[in-house]
Amino acid sequence: MNIWRYGDDINTDMLFPGKYTYTCSTLNEIKPHLFEDLDPEFAAGVQTGDIIFAGKNFGCGSSREQPALGLRGAGIEAVIAISFARIFYRAAINQGLLLIECPDAVMAYQPEDNVTLQLEAGTISVGNQKFSFPTLPDEILAIRDAGGLLEYTREKLKLR
Amino acid sequence: MPRTFAEKILAHHAELEHVVPGQIVTVKPAHLMMHDNAAAIIGKINDDLARYGLIDSKLPIIVLDHVVPAVDEKTATNHQKIRAFVKKYKVRHFFDAGVGICHQVVMEQGLALPGTIVLGSDSHTCTYGALGVFATGIDRTEAAALLLTGETWLKVPQSIHITLKNKFQPGVTAKDLILTIIGDLRADGANYCSVEFHGDIHVLPIEDRFTIANMAIEMGAKNAAFPIDILAEKYLASIGVRKEQYSTFWADNGATYQQHLEYDLASLTPVVAKPHTVDNVAPVKAVAGTEIDQCVLGTCTNGRLSDIQLAAKIIAGKTVSPHVRLLVIPASRAVLNAAMQAGYIQTLSEAGAMILPPGCGPCLGAHMGILAPGERCLSTSNRNFRGRMGCKDAEIYLASPATVAASAITGKITDPRSVK
Repeated sequence: MNIWRYGDDINTDMLFPGKYTYTCSTLNEIKPHLFEDLDPEFAAGVQTGDIIFAGKNFGCGSSREQPALGLRGAGIEAVIAISFARIFYRAAINQGLLLIECPDAVMAYQPEDNVTLQLEAGTISVGNQKFSFPTLPDEILAIRDAGGLLEYTREKLKLR
Repeated sequence: MPRTFAEKILAHHAELEHVVPGQIVTVKPAHLMMHDNAAAIIGKINDDLARYGLIDSKLPIIVLDHVVPAVDEKTATNHQKIRAFVKKYKVRHFFDAGVGICHQVVMEQGLALPGTIVLGSDSHTCTYGALGVFATGIDRTEAAALLLTGETWLKVPQSIHITLKNKFQPGVTAKDLILTIIGDLRADGANYCSVEFHGDIHVLPIEDRFTIANMAIEMGAKNAAFPIDILAEKYLASIGVRKEQYSTFWADNGATYQQHLEYDLASLTPVVAKPHTVDNVAPVKAVAGTEIDQCVLGTCTNGRLSDIQLAAKIIAGKTVSPHVRLLVIPASRAVLNAAMQAGYIQTLSEAGAMILPPGCGPCLGAHMGILAPGERCLSTSNRNFRGRMGCKDAEIYLASPATVAASAITGKITDPRSVK
């Protein structure tokens, strides 16, 4: 498992350059360009179960959803940040990508630290420290737990 | 108990007596705005649409603007798919390539009605807050689900109260104001918040309010909000919207805010946002003399008639620097036609500007003015992120139409107040 560490205000153009927005929409098209202009090693090295640590305002900028779709598809287990930009936050819920707002965990993390998530308990272990993070309201968790908004919507429509 | 704009309008649409910040409410937006990304949105739910149909043919507004005219086979095919969808599902509000930039078109067409909720699969959907709409951007998947269900959830935001006082000095514009605010609050300073503008609103022409509301997302805001005053009513009447068609909401005195800010418009000076973040704001004076290769006048932030008029007045009788490419992109066909009628296009073209078709132009880096490594662009657009104009080794400075026009003449970043 890799841990990727980025700074503050990682915007949507760093996550996925705008020039590809109207030509790439599937995971295979998106993945090679994730973090392309910021960290060319990411796309080649990312593995299922990896975690991203970031500073404040992760995902700011455009409403393009390739960053959330791409990170989920690339197997990112969670993005742990000091804070997230709201359109990205919503996009992540809709893709079933786990975002955790936990400034203390971000500050505590040192390279080589082991990181594990205890989702049920709402805690995260970083090295030998443990931190709590707030959980989402049930109605929002239901969307993420269904695997994303479209899956959730299809279930709802079937019941109508 | 006194309430904010966001609390009142969301309570109304959620059919609740009152709501509080943090509460999740279910709402049915009046419209869902989409642009070229409608192709990807409908692509997600082709089978579902065939099974359940489009919830309401009046819900979607589709405007082709991001890559128009199409730049390659793939974008052309996307446009073709959208036209087929529009025909098949009898989408009422469709505007093909050339009509204009989505946010300008939505307002010009009278589809952004005060008191309504409009969601859009574009981050600058917050622009319609200038007309008292609760408007915010969403992702493509959310848009796809909306086409099937017509409803979604919104979290009631905290609000920020900004009071504006006095009026601008010559050479200072609404763009300088909003860049100054973003520089103070920073890129996340209004994250999740509704940003309300109060005070001497009457000194701001409606197009200034569009510019200000447009950039609220650059400080993380969920939405921007202006009250409906006489100027807004006049604007709505001028585009054929009758008073009976809308209702208005505005904050009560004494509502609870996350913070209060105040700006004296008379004390502001021209500013730029330096590379590579919108909150990296500095006075034009501090960067004056910086050489530039390209100037962009246009986009959903500053491509309206008053912007083109301001630039044409500054450039009239002068010529664009031979070292600079000045791209002029009217925000809509209506703006282009009015600017031609008034002679501004003639003035700008004679001075050496390139006139491009209404649309987003190079703003998002897809076409029509991509930068080369090492080049520097001064633009009236709203984002200067690294790589935004298609090249990660280029620089973008953001400024007002006045600063861009003055700088296009000299080939260097220039304080518009210094041009005689």
